Amino acid sequence: MKKPAVAGAVVSRRRSLGKRIVDHWQLYAMLLVPVVLTIIYKYIPMYGIQIAFRDYKASRGMMGSEWVGLEWFERFFSAPNCGRMIKNTVLLSLYGLLWSFPIPVVLALMLNQMRFQRFKRMTQTILYAPHFISTMVICGMIRIFLSPSGGLINLLAGTSIDFLTEAPAFRTIYIASGIWQDAGWGIIIYMATLASIDTSLYEAAKVDGASMFQRIRHIDIPQLMPIMVLQLIMSAGGLMNVGFEKVWLLQTDLNKAVSDVIAVYVYQQGIERAKYSYSTAVGLFNTIVNIILLIAVNQISKRLSEDTSFV
Amino acid sequence: MRTKSKAGKLTGFSERTSDIILVAVCLVILIIVAYPLYYVLVASVSNPYDVYAGKTFALPSGFTFDGYKAVFADPSIVTGYLNSIKYTVVGTVFSVVMLYLTAYPLSVKELPGRKFFSIFFIITMYFGGGLVPTYLIVKQTGLVNNMWALFLPGGVAVGNMIIVRNFFENSIPKEMIEAAEIDGASKWTTFLRVVVPLSRSIMAVMVVFSMVAYWNDWFTSLIYLPGTAKAPLPLVLRNILIKSSASASQMSMISGGYAELNKLTEMIKFSSIIVAAAPMLIVYPFVQKYFEKGFMAGAVKG
Repeated sequence: MKKPAVAGAVVSRRRSLGKRIVDHWQLYAMLLVPVVLTIIYKYIPMYGIQIAFRDYKASRGMMGSEWVGLEWFERFFSAPNCGRMIKNTVLLSLYGLLWSFPIPVVLALMLNQMRFQRFKRMTQTILYAPHFISTMVICGMIRIFLSPSGGLINLLAGTSIDFLTEAPAFRTIYIASGIWQDAGWGIIIYMATLASIDTSLYEAAKVDGASMFQRIRHIDIPQLMPIMVLQLIMSAGGLMNVGFEKVWLLQTDLNKAVSDVIAVYVYQQGIERAKYSYSTAVGLFNTIVNIILLIAVNQISKRLSEDTSFV
Repeated sequence: MRTKSKAGKLTGFSERTSDIILVAVCLVILIIVAYPLYYVLVASVSNPYDVYAGKTFALPSGFTFDGYKAVFADPSIVTGYLNSIKYTVVGTVFSVVMLYLTAYPLSVKELPGRKFFSIFFIITMYFGGGLVPTYLIVKQTGLVNNMWALFLPGGVAVGNMIIVRNFFENSIPKEMIEAAEIDGASKWTTFLRVVVPLSRSIMAVMVVFSMVAYWNDWFTSLIYLPGTAKAPLPLVLRNILIKSSASASQMSMISGGYAELNKLTEMIKFSSIIVAAAPMLIVYPFVQKYFEKGFMAGAVKG
């Protein structure tokens, strides 16, 4: 298996770089359109972030508008709801992470022990279903179920509470519906990892008389550890990325005290009110915090992996 | 043998008991996940007054298809439906072609600059221009109010591209590609005749992923396709589901008074949810068995 590849590498290294580039011209041609699109719609907007430091006027363009330094950032930090928005953004996603992270792991560990293959497959099919539904439809369902007059939850509880006007209920609604929608889908990565465990480990454990819980504790969980740490790092790095869609659709005037988040503000200022520079500055602040978090979590995990045998 | 019997006693459950507990817990979870959808389905064919009186927990009451009739009689919903189908078909073809064109060259280890191009794409996963700068560029390239605004800025879905690239690297035998090239096939022919046919499973997964993404998306349309004529289905449903407002056409359907209208808007809520969710819920089980394989290929050395 290995020899031909090594020989090929030696041969291609002997050829000059120019020759090798010419040899692969068709592959570069394939990359042409994706690269051009990425430059136009990803890299040019990155360069355009500088309007956060300018007073953008459409007539003068992104690079020609007047330089104003940190004015927009100062304006954001002195906005009356600034502290509230940062707090809501962080808390909504931190609580969301803490509640929704462990559930797919537990589900995957359970399903992996299931010996009835048909039942297992059916369970997976149903667990995946909510993931394939639009947030618009999900939020429509949430609104119907929580309706004070004849909504499912109020019918079952025998109450008539208008949950979406109750600020304290907002986070629970947001996080619980998120778990309902995506916990099932989240098991895939863990199921795939568990499926790759050498079955002789289980057989040996069974011979030694290990119960199901012991097998989970001593075989499955250690095997899942690296991928769990990786998933945790990735989610922690996106802590400021509260999804715009659900919050926007579930927001009411009365739950704003907790549902006011940066992403919605960026949309309202930027698209609805056309305050381009200001909105870009707020969005940039969010991105910078995210990047700092990502780097920090990454560093922590590197330390951890030096100390222990994780990752 | 000694340890076996001892451990069995000490840890309590026998294999059989564990199985029963597992199945029971799974059933409870299944009910939690499936019941909300079932409830909406039942309510969509019931009399809304019975729904709100709590008579439809298990079975329909006052069976009727009026909700569905009203949904398909509403021109804004029909337009939205057709728009969504168009965006989904065009978007899926475009996205999958882009994925393949990017993933294949990046899977060829001898390609000079492979690492540079990989990083070039991966950076865009972690860092972007943000909402407004992207909007301004889309506007400057003349795509506002054009359906291509839904496809071009998304361009390459980098996360999926990595999954496809890893599939190419791990699951397509290098010998087959080399053999084709020794036989004189060009890189392009090899790609079309060897790589594409051998990657049908991952392609099925990517087709479904793209379909779902375009069918369910409404945020991009909200920004780039203002006005109602080009709105996709979810955006049309926003008026019904989120704002709870009746459209003009619904009002014209009603001969009776306010109560009739109210009844109709409530019915339409349930039936429109089913109409919007059903297509994707019918499609995904067909490729379900490939999901894990796909993620496996993507997760390993991602």
